[in-house]
Amino acid sequence: MSIRHHVSDELLLRYASGELAEGWSLAVATHLALCPASRRRLAQMETVGGALLENIAAGTASDDAWARMRSRIERGATGVPQRPEGHVKAAAEPVLPEPLRSYLGGDIDSLKWRSLGMGAYQIPIALGDDSTVARLLRIPAGKPVPEHGHAGQELTVVLAGSFRDGSDVFARGDIEEADANLTHQPLASEDADCICLAVTDAPLRFKSWLVRLIQPVLGI
Amino acid sequence: MDESDQEQPTDDMSGLLVSVGLNRDVEAFEVLFRHYAPRVKAYMARLSRDGAVAEELMQETMMVVWNKAAQFEPSRGNVSTWIYTIARNVRIDVYRRTKRPEFDLSDPAFVPDDAEPADKAFEQLQDAERLHRAMEALPAEQLDLLKRSFYEDSSHSAIAEALSIPLGTVKSRIRLAFAKLRAALEER
Repeated sequence: MSIRHHVSDELLLRYASGELAEGWSLAVATHLALCPASRRRLAQMETVGGALLENIAAGTASDDAWARMRSRIERGATGVPQRPEGHVKAAAEPVLPEPLRSYLGGDIDSLKWRSLGMGAYQIPIALGDDSTVARLLRIPAGKPVPEHGHAGQELTVVLAGSFRDGSDVFARGDIEEADANLTHQPLASEDADCICLAVTDAPLRFKSWLVRLIQPVLGI
Repeated sequence: MDESDQEQPTDDMSGLLVSVGLNRDVEAFEVLFRHYAPRVKAYMARLSRDGAVAEELMQETMMVVWNKAAQFEPSRGNVSTWIYTIARNVRIDVYRRTKRPEFDLSDPAFVPDDAEPADKAFEQLQDAERLHRAMEALPAEQLDLLKRSFYEDSSHSAIAEALSIPLGTVKSRIRLAFAKLRAALEER
């Protein structure tokens, strides 16, 4: 199935320019792994980055700089040139694509879910930077969510199942960007549990609609 | 100073980089170095504003270019794009010491691009040329936003603040700019 909800230009540009924090980047990269159309847009943006580099106001390379580089490569020049990585297709297709799978230490069937009550589960994802919070969530099929707004930004990437938000359905690979202005009423689809990656701004107050769903149960 | 820092046709650069990858060609690498090292250093200087740091980051970047030259695929993009992505990653890894998660082409869960036939390669090179021309035709304020986005490592809200314009304007200019660039690619 092809992706219907793509990453926005603004967010993709921040990823292309390297400005985006690790948690947001994890969500964008996971979407990109599943979405060739968004990767084509990323490639275009990187070409723009290359063109800007080509035209940047620059001086000339000093002979010292080259002499230093030359001595470095001559010291290590016996190394074997690195070859492109093979794009081997394995027989088994994991549910979780890279880079997400490595962050979780394995695919979907090896995960240790923590119950959040009401049939919902989560796994917190460790990040090297604390500006965002990332977690994998599993929400029971058919669960309605009260209408709510957001205090900050939230990215949600669907890995399995789907959810409906108004007239939009978000399925595997789709990414939803929600900001403080958005009030929505998401609903996990009836046919299967919805598994998704949710990334939010760091404040410990939960903002994810999926977490809000179970917030009353936890008393937090 | 010689004249090797002057504009070189992209094809030449591509051939030189391929030769570095295949033959560990030091002479070819010197031409690439004299062309790209000052550009990479200028890019790094936009971030650190410390000449010595920018020089170090440039040396790191060009070392990666030397080490990974065999991974460059001329059919998939041009040299400036490839070096840009390496410089960007050095900036994140070495300077900011943070992570930028990336997709993995060899991952079995990775969804390949069906709409990428063999003759796509030539098209992609043409695309790069079209993009370069379309960028020259962008309104000044849109090009300025692209430069700030790529060079300054600041968030769009920081850019909005620096320019004293609403964040929504920054976002709509970015969307407009890429809409124009993509339209240029569709003119066939």
